Amino acid sequence: MEQPFDLTLIWAGIIAFGVMMYVLMDGFDLGQGILFPFAPDEHHRDVMMNSVAPVWDGNETWLVLGGAGLLAAFPLVYSVFLPALYIGVFLLLAGLIFRGVAFEFRFKAKTSKYLWNWAFAGGSTVAAFAQGAVVGAYIQGFETENFRYVGGALDWLTPFTVITGLGLVAGYALLGATWLIMKSEGEVQQWAYKLAPRLLLMVLVVFAVISVYTPFVDPYVKTRWFSGFSAIWLLPVLALYCAFVIFNALRKRQEGMPFVATMGLFLFTYLGLLASKWPYMVPPNYTLYDAASAFESQLFLLLGFLFVIPIVLAYTAWTYWVFRGKVKAGGYH
Amino acid sequence: MELDPLFLSRIQFAFVVCFHAIFPVFTIGLASFIAVLEALSFKTGNPLWQKLSKFWIQVFAVVFGMGVVSGIVMSFQFGTNWSNFSYATANFLGPVLSYEVITAFFLEAAFLGVLLFGRDKVPQGVHLFAAIMVALGTFISSFWILSANSLMQTPGGLELRNGMYHVVSWSEALFTASFTYRFIHMALASFLTAALVVAGVSAWFILQKREFDTNRKALSIALWMLLILAPLQVVVGDFHGLNTLKHQPMKVAAMEGNWQTDTGVPLILFAIPDQQAQTNHFEVKIPKLASYVLTHDWDGEVPGLNEVAPDMQPPVFIVFWSFRIMVAMGLLMVVFAIWGLLLRYKGNYHRSRRFLQGLRLMSLSPFIAVLAGWVVTESGRAPWLIYNQMTHAEGLTPSLTGGMALFTLIGYILVYAMVFSAGVYYLLKVFRGGVEKANRPHEQDEVERAKRPFSAAHASLEGDN
Repeated sequence: MEQPFDLTLIWAGIIAFGVMMYVLMDGFDLGQGILFPFAPDEHHRDVMMNSVAPVWDGNETWLVLGGAGLLAAFPLVYSVFLPALYIGVFLLLAGLIFRGVAFEFRFKAKTSKYLWNWAFAGGSTVAAFAQGAVVGAYIQGFETENFRYVGGALDWLTPFTVITGLGLVAGYALLGATWLIMKSEGEVQQWAYKLAPRLLLMVLVVFAVISVYTPFVDPYVKTRWFSGFSAIWLLPVLALYCAFVIFNALRKRQEGMPFVATMGLFLFTYLGLLASKWPYMVPPNYTLYDAASAFESQLFLLLGFLFVIPIVLAYTAWTYWVFRGKVKAGGYH
Repeated sequence: MELDPLFLSRIQFAFVVCFHAIFPVFTIGLASFIAVLEALSFKTGNPLWQKLSKFWIQVFAVVFGMGVVSGIVMSFQFGTNWSNFSYATANFLGPVLSYEVITAFFLEAAFLGVLLFGRDKVPQGVHLFAAIMVALGTFISSFWILSANSLMQTPGGLELRNGMYHVVSWSEALFTASFTYRFIHMALASFLTAALVVAGVSAWFILQKREFDTNRKALSIALWMLLILAPLQVVVGDFHGLNTLKHQPMKVAAMEGNWQTDTGVPLILFAIPDQQAQTNHFEVKIPKLASYVLTHDWDGEVPGLNEVAPDMQPPVFIVFWSFRIMVAMGLLMVVFAIWGLLLRYKGNYHRSRRFLQGLRLMSLSPFIAVLAGWVVTESGRAPWLIYNQMTHAEGLTPSLTGGMALFTLIGYILVYAMVFSAGVYYLLKVFRGGVEKANRPHEQDEVERAKRPFSAAHASLEGDN
C-alpha cells in the first residue's frame, strides 16, 4: 500500500523518545536500589525509598507501554529481541517483580525488613544490569534468518554486554545519587554528595571502554564514526561536557544541577548510540522499515495516541496536583 | 527424555495466566462494589457505607497490587515464548495491547491514587468519581483483552499476507463472533466473584459478632447480587455454549465427551474419557439430553470428535472435567442464591450458622469456576492457537529450547510462589483487622504519597499491630 507519509519514521521517534523517558525515569529509582546496600543505616534507606515511592510504578507502566508499543509499531524488534534475550528478559522481569514487592512490604515489615532490603537491592541491580546488557546486545546484533532469531540462548552474554550491563548499573547509580541530592537534606544528602563523583568516574571509565571497544565489535559502527569527520562527533563532546558540569556542580554543592546534567549525559550517550546504528533496528540485517508493522496498524494506534495521551497527561497532572507538597522521611505504616 | 519446549511453554503460559487471572477477576467486580458503596455514602450520608468502603478499598489495594506485579510478565511472555505468533498477529495484537495500556492502565493507576489516599484531599463527589473511573478502567482493560482472546477463538477481520496478518476491518477484528458472549460471561463472573467474596468475608465477621450491622448490610447486598447474577450466568453460559457449538464444534464435543457424531446424543454426567481408545469409560448419562440442550431437538445431530483426526482433537479429559467443575460451581452458586432468598423470607439469613459457614467456603467457588472456565475455553481450542489458522507449534519461538523454557518455568513458579505467599499472608491480616481496623485513626500522620497500592492498608506484615 502506498503510504501518504512516513509513519514508520514518526513511530521510530515516538519509541526512541519513550525509551529515553523510561531510562531516565525508572533509572533514578532503580538507582536507589543499586545504592541500597551501601547506605550507612536504615534511616538513609527510608529516605531513599520514600524519595521514589510515589512515582516508580507509574514509571514502570511506561515499560509495559514500551513493550506493547514495540509490538504494535515494530513487531520484528519485539519478536527478535525477546527470544534472543530470553534469559535476560526473565532476569529483568524477576528483578522488577522483587523490587516492586519490596516497595510494598518493606514498610510493613519489622523483623523481616532485611529480607525486603535485599529483594529491593538485588531486584534493582539485576534489572539494571539486564537493561544494560540489552543495549550491548543491540550493538552486537542478532543472528537472524527470514525474520526469525536463530541464535542460541546465551549469545547475548559476551564480555562486551557484561561491560554495558555494568555501565548501566553505574549510570543508574549516578542518576539515583544525584536525584537523592536533589530530594534529601542533612546527612543523607552529604552521603550522596560523597558517592556521586566516584560513580561519575566509574561511568566515564565504562564510557571510554565502550567507545574504544564498539568499533572493534562492529565494523558498521567503525565506518559510521571514522569515515571522515561528521556532526555526530558533537554528541560525545556534549556528553563529556555534561560530565564536566556534573563535577563542577558537585564541587559547588549545587542541588539540582547534578541531576539535570546527569540526564544530559544519558541523553547524549543515547543519541550517540542511536547515531551509530541508524537506520538499523535489528542489526545487522534489518532497518526500521523492515521491522515496521502495517501502515494501517501504525495509523490506527497513532490516532488513538493523539486523542488519548493528552487526556492521560491531563488527569495524571491533576493527581500530582492533588498530592502536591513535600514528601517527608519516615515510613508509611 | 527430551525436554519439549512446546509443552513447557504451554505449561508456563497456563501457569502465568492462571496465576494472574485470579486477581483481575476479583478486582473488576470489587471496583464496582466499591463504587456502589461510595455512591450510597454520597447519596445517603449514612456513615455505615463509608465504613464498609474503607475496609473493602484496603482489600482492593492489596489484590490490585498483586495483579499489577504478576501482569508485567504477561506483556513480555508473548514475545519470549510465542514470537512467531506475536510477529504474525502484531498488526492486530500490538495496537490492542497498546490501547489497553493507554485507555485502562493509566486510568486505573492515576485514579487509584485518589481513591486510596484522596478521601480528605478532594470533595466527596470527586472521590466518588475516582471510584467510578477505577471501576471503568477495569472494564476497559477486560474489553481489550477479551477482544484479543476472542480473535484467537473465532478469527475475523484479518487477511494473511506473506506470513503476517493484516487488519482489513477493525470493527470485525475487535468484535468477532464470540466476543459479546465472552465479554458478558466474564463480566458476570467478575461480579459473582466480588459478591461471593464479600458474602463469605461478611459471613465470617457476622459469625464472630464483629461490626454486626455494618457487615450485615454488606452481606445483604452481596446476596441480592448473587440472587440476580447466578441464574443469569447460567443462561448466558448456555448462549455462550451455543455460540461455541457454531464456531468451535470440537471444543463442545470435548466438553460433552462426545466421540461420535450422532443424533439423539445423551448428556454424560460422569465418565473417564480415554483419548487413546477414543472412548469413555464408566459413563453415567441421561439419554438424548445433550441433543436437546445443544439443538433444542431430542433427536438433533451433534458433532463428535471423530470429525477430526485424533492429533487435531483438544485434550478431552481436561476439557471434559474442567467444564463439569465450572458447571458444578455455577449450580452451587444458584443453590446458595435460592437458599439465601428463603432465609431472607424468614428473616434470618444472618443468623443461620450453617448458611454463613457455607458462604465462607463458597468464597473460593468463583475462583475455581473462573479458572476451570478458562481451561475449558483455552484447552478446548487446542491444537489451535488461532482457531483453524495457526497451531500452538507454529506459534512457538523457533529458537526456544526445552532447557530455556524449563529454566524460566521454574523461575516464574519460584518468584510467584514468594509473591503470592507474602500477598495472601498480608491479605489475611487485612481480613483479620476487619472493618474496625480499617476505620481506626492512625497513630501518626500519614505520609503523603500517591499510587502506593499496599500503603492504603494499615496492617503490619508480622505480629499484631
